[in-house]
Amino acid sequence: MGRLLAEAFFNGGLAACLAGALAGLAFASRPALARVLSFGLALLGAALEVAASVFALTLEASPSWSLPCGVPLFSWTIRLDPLSALFSLVLGLLAGVVSLYSWGYLHNAAGGRGVGLIGFFYNILLLSLALVFTASNAFFFLLVWELMALSAYCLVCFHHEKDETRRAGALFLIMSHAGTGLLLVAFLVLAISGSSLDFQNFHHLFSKLPPQLRTAVFLLFFLGFGVKAGVTPLHVWLPAAHPVAPSNISALMSGIVIKAGIYGLARVFFDFMDVPPLWAGMLVLAAGILSGLVGVLYALMEHDLKRLLAYHSIENIGIILTGFGAALMFRSLGQPRVAALALIAGLYHTVNHALFKCLLFLGAGSVLKATHTRNMELMGGLIRRLPATAFFFLVGAIAISGLPPLNGFVSEWLTYQALLAGFGTTQSLTRLMFPAAGALLALTAALAATCFVKAFGIVFLALPRSQRVEEAREVSSSMLAGMGILAAACVGLGLGATLFLPVFDPITHQAMGVRLSSALVASGGVAVFAGTPRGGAVSTPGMAAMLVLLSGIPAFFWLIWGRHARRTTGPAWDCGLPGLGPENQYTATAFSKPLRLIFAAFYRPRREVQAEFEVSPYYPTAIRFESEIESSFEKRLYEPVKTAVLALASRMRTVQAGSIHAYLAYIFIVLVLLLLFGARG
Amino acid sequence: MTEALFKTLLQICLLLAISPLVTGFIRMLKARLQTRRGPGILQPYRDLHKLLRKGMVIPQTSSWLFAATPIVLFSTSVLAGLLVPMLSAAAPLSLFGGVLALVYLLGLGRFFLALGGLDTGGSFGGLGSSREMTLSALAEPAMMLAIFTVAIGANSTSLSEIARVAVGQQWRFLAPSQILAFVALFIVIIAETGRIPVDNPATHLELTMIHEAMILEYSGPRLAWIEWAAWVKQLLLMSLLINTFWPFGLQTVWSVAGVVTSLGWLLLKLAVLSCCIVLVETTNAKLRLFRVPELLASAFTLSALALVSTFLF
Repeated sequence: MGRLLAEAFFNGGLAACLAGALAGLAFASRPALARVLSFGLALLGAALEVAASVFALTLEASPSWSLPCGVPLFSWTIRLDPLSALFSLVLGLLAGVVSLYSWGYLHNAAGGRGVGLIGFFYNILLLSLALVFTASNAFFFLLVWELMALSAYCLVCFHHEKDETRRAGALFLIMSHAGTGLLLVAFLVLAISGSSLDFQNFHHLFSKLPPQLRTAVFLLFFLGFGVKAGVTPLHVWLPAAHPVAPSNISALMSGIVIKAGIYGLARVFFDFMDVPPLWAGMLVLAAGILSGLVGVLYALMEHDLKRLLAYHSIENIGIILTGFGAALMFRSLGQPRVAALALIAGLYHTVNHALFKCLLFLGAGSVLKATHTRNMELMGGLIRRLPATAFFFLVGAIAISGLPPLNGFVSEWLTYQALLAGFGTTQSLTRLMFPAAGALLALTAALAATCFVKAFGIVFLALPRSQRVEEAREVSSSMLAGMGILAAACVGLGLGATLFLPVFDPITHQAMGVRLSSALVASGGVAVFAGTPRGGAVSTPGMAAMLVLLSGIPAFFWLIWGRHARRTTGPAWDCGLPGLGPENQYTATAFSKPLRLIFAAFYRPRREVQAEFEVSPYYPTAIRFESEIESSFEKRLYEPVKTAVLALASRMRTVQAGSIHAYLAYIFIVLVLLLLFGARG
Repeated sequence: MTEALFKTLLQICLLLAISPLVTGFIRMLKARLQTRRGPGILQPYRDLHKLLRKGMVIPQTSSWLFAATPIVLFSTSVLAGLLVPMLSAAAPLSLFGGVLALVYLLGLGRFFLALGGLDTGGSFGGLGSSREMTLSALAEPAMMLAIFTVAIGANSTSLSEIARVAVGQQWRFLAPSQILAFVALFIVIIAETGRIPVDNPATHLELTMIHEAMILEYSGPRLAWIEWAAWVKQLLLMSLLINTFWPFGLQTVWSVAGVVTSLGWLLLKLAVLSCCIVLVETTNAKLRLFRVPELLASAFTLSALALVSTFLF
């Protein structure tokens, strides 16, 4: 019964998305109708996906069925196993919220141009994502994977009149296809040795491969899915492509599209692989830590609000991979319980990051719609003009900084606990890796908090830095509702961690044969334990309640003394020079200057100051300041590759002479070679 | 339930009552060492009493965050204090979180404080926020690594469990790993509480201000809550150091005699640690801002060495 319901809801969701896509196309000339219809249908589809995933999660056996449009060789099998259901659930939630938000966001957007087209590609993207997370056949998976990349490309390139957008789109498309190419090879190897394309036959298939092939397939999968997830150093497309898309699309891209990469990695690591070699886990852990640090360090230097958020996606992917890498290592070390803890930490952070990053991108979209700029240096004081947006953005900022009692804290806490527990799992020097990773994770988290103090403080606090910001007005209620739901979800997953943890039980059971939630949740469901009897506990609801109670102390004193005291407002201290203006405020550049100097070896900053003066250099009449940091990965890693590829391509041009005789000669040579070598086999 | 409530209330009172005293004691010692008379040991109490009754001047540019910051800072500091064992090895709210929760609660307070600094619209607030967030971020890995060293020894991140293990091995603080971790944490605590050589709590000179720059615009009761929160934070970090590394006299059982003994020892050890802090403050000059990362890096190295030496010894 539940199985049939899950199937019906899921197929219904797909149909709704398809109808939404068609409605977008059909009413392209009537933007208002297209907007209501295609995003309304997307909302319906998202709700049905959520229902299907919830049903699937409650079922003992994973529901599986085939879509009626396949051919015998490539059946379109869908399987909602616990891992798929978790990602579908998050997708459904985010898609619903973003659809709601888009209603208001696309209202009067660019005079309604292309709203129908956005609706079309948006629904196709949702459809392909739903299938990516559930496809259980390699051919089907690659097909929807490609559909997802192409629809995402079309959405990224929506503002294609700008040069920046076209460049970003091209980079996205190239890297995405390179990744797909690697995946294709990896899946082919698996399909040959499993003599089937069905994912169910891939379960623990790695152990049947010869060692060299196993290594190669692991690396192919890691790189192929790593491109989509944005793992350093494969991340360069992400901060280019995410910001140029319309903000509702950016929210979906950073929230869930990059999670397709994480889903793929989880599928390979914890389904296709059985016990991995130790170096595999170490590689993933190291890549996670590196992504975390690189992402946050670049985010700190960014003054484009959406690019800043995009770099934080890289950082959070790093935190997720830290959990995954640790889980792989613990499996190699024969510690399934600790491995399950690390996997839960990684998956919990995946869900959390989807929620708060989507929230922050929607907040950035509201700011963009209200001020028409992404440059933080022009903003300021928006907390008075967009009070609700500011509040929701603050919730997201606290959550992403991993501060209690919100959801980011819970998953980071679980990650630390897994790493700490890892120290006892082995006697070799390898174990020093775990506390070291923990310390670098702490640095990443603290730098993220710094970055969000900057982001929130410069955008929303103090005085407006430009005219257009002064004229900003609060966004429409459907946009606020979208952000409000996500903010509530961030609070809910923080305070209700103990209620959410059992969701991971079937996943860890399927991957490692361990159910951990009973060990993690104890004392009446108010505290999360570290999984070992005395390992430590944390209670976010307890903390929240205590924080509220303790703020009663200042309130009490205020009642007896403060109420009668005089309150005056006055100007902030201006060093005796009257007229403190927006230009006296700290800017985003100034805020991050100490870190730019401290990490100068990493950033390689360049600055240029030109002062014009009449009497003495100490009394300048005008100053021009320019500063930039080197994009090392592009310059040192990608530039040589690009040059080499272009050089090779121009060499190959000589082969393409355009002469029919030459081509006939090529065919002849190939034929001879085939006869010589092919005939023998 | 009632016992837990009583313990919690007792510790809240202790934190609020003793923290100004510790600050007053440190200031007095420092004045004496610099052959000044200085204000009396009770001056912080008088300051609080005065500030709580005074009026406020609120910057025109500020928003509700400016008003919320002191309250958030105060409640996070006191809550963090409730996670630390002070009167017995079992902290009152040990179930609510261990040492990781403590670090992140202080982080929440700092997050709001830095936003409060930016909210004023003046240059100093931004300056203070930027420096505070930068330096605390750099202190974080050293702190975590030192904490991990201790947590691995006790096989737990619960501070009660760590204290209980420490009580069981009174002389363990002489082990190389413990000495290294102690020194590393001491440096981090100097940085976290804004003392020389990282920050000078007695200055209002713009070139060197960190903490004071952020709270420059606060006055009256709001300033009182921020100051009190800072003192509570100092007390709880000192207690954390004391009861993790010098567990002498800390009682594991909860009784009247036990609490009195623990309190006596706690005060004694606080006095000793205060002397150490004062000696460091008096014999050092404040570091240039961009030399502080080197100090924090040395703390990180010490923590790393501490961790490696648990492996060896």
